[in-house]
Amino acid sequence: MAKKPLLEFTGKGIYCAQGKFYIDPWKPVDDAVITHAHADHAYPGNKHYLAHQHSKEVLFYRLGDISLQTVPYGETVMKNGVQISLHPAGHVIGSAQVRVEYQGEIWVVSGDYKVENDGVSAPFEPVRCHHFISECTFGMPVYQWKPQAAIFNEINAWWRHNAQQGLATVLVGYSLGKAQRILQNLDLSIGKVYTHGVIENTNEALRRNGIILNDTERITPESVKEEVRSGLILAPPSSVGTSWMRKFQPYSFGYCSGWMAIRGAKRRRAADRGFVLSDHADWDGLISAIDATGCESVYLTHGYTATFARYLNEIGFDAHEVHTLYGDDEAPFEAPQEENESDDTGPVKKVSPPIGGGDLGGAGEEVS
Amino acid sequence: MRSFANLFLSLDETNKTNEKVKVLKDYFNSVPDTDKMHMLALFAGRKPKRQINSTLVRKWAIEASNIPAWLFEESYHVVGDLAETMALLMPLHSGNSSKTLTEWIAEINNLSDKTEEGKKIWLLESWAMLDSSERFVFNKLLTGSFRVGVSQNLVIKALSEISGIEAATLTHRIMGNWMPETYSYAQLMQDQNPSDDVSRPYPFFLAYPIQETSEKQKSAAELKIALGDESGWQAEWKWDGIRAQLIKRGGKIFIWSRGEDLATDKFPELHPFLNALPDGTVLDGELLSFKNGLPLPFNVLQTRIGRKNLSKKILEESPVAVIAYDCLECNGEDIRYKQQWERRQILEQLQAATPYPELFRLSALIQFSNWEELGRMRERSREMIAEGIMLKRKDASYQVGRKRGDWWKWKIDPLSVDAVMIYAQKGHGRRADLYTDYTFAVWDGDKLVPFAKAYSGLTDAEINKVDYFIKRNTLEKFGPVRTVKPELVFEIGFEGINRSARHKSGIALRFPRILRWRQDKPKEEADTLDSLRALLGE
Repeated sequence: MAKKPLLEFTGKGIYCAQGKFYIDPWKPVDDAVITHAHADHAYPGNKHYLAHQHSKEVLFYRLGDISLQTVPYGETVMKNGVQISLHPAGHVIGSAQVRVEYQGEIWVVSGDYKVENDGVSAPFEPVRCHHFISECTFGMPVYQWKPQAAIFNEINAWWRHNAQQGLATVLVGYSLGKAQRILQNLDLSIGKVYTHGVIENTNEALRRNGIILNDTERITPESVKEEVRSGLILAPPSSVGTSWMRKFQPYSFGYCSGWMAIRGAKRRRAADRGFVLSDHADWDGLISAIDATGCESVYLTHGYTATFARYLNEIGFDAHEVHTLYGDDEAPFEAPQEENESDDTGPVKKVSPPIGGGDLGGAGEEVS
Repeated sequence: MRSFANLFLSLDETNKTNEKVKVLKDYFNSVPDTDKMHMLALFAGRKPKRQINSTLVRKWAIEASNIPAWLFEESYHVVGDLAETMALLMPLHSGNSSKTLTEWIAEINNLSDKTEEGKKIWLLESWAMLDSSERFVFNKLLTGSFRVGVSQNLVIKALSEISGIEAATLTHRIMGNWMPETYSYAQLMQDQNPSDDVSRPYPFFLAYPIQETSEKQKSAAELKIALGDESGWQAEWKWDGIRAQLIKRGGKIFIWSRGEDLATDKFPELHPFLNALPDGTVLDGELLSFKNGLPLPFNVLQTRIGRKNLSKKILEESPVAVIAYDCLECNGEDIRYKQQWERRQILEQLQAATPYPELFRLSALIQFSNWEELGRMRERSREMIAEGIMLKRKDASYQVGRKRGDWWKWKIDPLSVDAVMIYAQKGHGRRADLYTDYTFAVWDGDKLVPFAKAYSGLTDAEINKVDYFIKRNTLEKFGPVRTVKPELVFEIGFEGINRSARHKSGIALRFPRILRWRQDKPKEEADTLDSLRALLGE
């Protein structure tokens, strides 16, 4: 009889039967280990949460008064004899890969990750394991990121140009992760940074958590429009096309996302500028990260899973796609969202119907 | 090439017309004259000749990207543009080539002398010296698929602002037979006589739909409000053929289609009538297949359009004639400034003098005393093998391009059926990586029979919802095509319907498009093949 795997894919999330806990469950469970605080990974309704210490205040802000244990990277937590530890994923502040070990068998759940050091999140660290559960949002070879320094040169030059032309600069990125990454890499000699309330709430939560961020000023109904227009306005994707944004006219509006790498997606967004800046690993990043784990098998959760799995198998990995976790193969951006902002915003997110648990309910089968 | 690639990037970075014009002017002001002419040729839709076939370009791109062929194809479906896919798949690096657009195009044109191996070496070396945005435009040049998000009008506007020459004049000067290698920027800017080039057509005057952007046609009462008194207007049938300009100058004849394709050789049966016209004559009209004095449906003409060799059989089955409706040049004089009714008189005189009245026909004026009466005539358009009615202001001059005001088309309402979507494919351009190209079916007993493909008609929000449905309801994948669970019902509109031996359903539609998404209808209530056949009117 085949041994039951340590982690399995169920209708509620990734489950460890031995340890009796779930990782990033999307239906309420008793014990949840959370990779990061984005809405499609940290759902409300669980009895108990375990997450990285830098996710603490953001989780309280987003999920309210929850029962939460937080730990630093590398510290071991025992659950029913299973060792759990969190390791930097480099996706956003407080994001973690979850390492699970029992009787010498090691699994790692990547959550979302990127391999480039963004200077804000703890940089990604490969963790040796037998089984690696990886995202592959950008698992197509057309996605190759330039170093972020090059992108921030473009962003700063664009801001400077707008300031000279008398245009307000509105830069859109989701509020946990992208917003702070942008904030910490802007050339603040050009001007001040103003924030939409949703972003500033997240900044405040992070500051309460001891994270040092550059100065920002929250935009309120009392803000003087002309002052705000002279700076850079950080806004979440949900603000695009709203009257809130229109009041800063005339402005130039930029969008930061990995999807901006494709001309068609960029044109669909109708942003004035699309900056290819992603918090997910690109094609080479994914392959190098998977390779560095030394894993025997890799399970691909969300992104271009079918294509990426086929390629990995061809180059000698034992790769499996997991169909039903976090949405469909080509639609990583359609996961249920709060304010459309918790993941790298894909081209079609604005109208995505909520998945809820319903669509995923039949996903109880195991993969191995 | 760097400036040309930057031009592309900058045009992509703004949606505002004025900024686009500024970007174009900056480009013109910063590049050599020869580059200007090449750019103009490309933006006016003149593709350089394809020197390496796209199978080879693909094959070598796959080698240069170091990925398996299937992954290249998958990437192409995600990106939706071959040139862009190839540019994205090759290793990132910063370019180090200083060659101009003119130099690159000259190199491409010289490839015809090279062996296949020589072409490959040249191509791999070229890719290696360009950065990814340069590679993208370079690939566009190479594959001859140059479509830009900027209209020729904007390019002309920029040139006009730089040179002070009127846009209409420039538009005319870049029509017809010219090559960027031999037609210089100085010549373009020089005062010149249009008859310097006997083949040069005039820019076509195009009508606006009277209902503007709505799918719903205007009623006679609305027409009265929009256009005023009937007496100021002439009405003709809107013929469904190939719009063409026919030229006789200096003893030579030319037939230009609307896409600025020289089509003289494609219509040999018209040559006698053209040769019999007085020198210095330019006519505007519609080419249609005729038999026994009656126009045949467009699909009859369609069978001969793409043919390289016109067999005797085709010429017999689909003989072409012209329905002329305007005269732009008479006795070598450009008469576009004259009023519509004056040009009509001249046209009628020319027609009266032709020894070939079967080939040179007049688009008859429809007699009507009020809009209601014309509205009733419009209902008969399909019997006339027409698409509706054209309205022309009697004192209108012949203008350049699509203009509101003096020429309107008042089309018939489309025919429509409710159909079930059964296949889907990803789109291109701004619809890349979204399922936007659908195949529709109607019921034949308990089977669904595909009968039409349509790409347009949904809003972006609807496309997103349909895409979401398709990704979750795929039954099978055949390469890029997905078989979708039959569930969604759409109202499909089309201009005409004909029998076809080439289609499974036995029918072919003209201009099918989605009129609306029938979210209220279950698939069982979609139409049947019999209801489609009934529309054949047989």
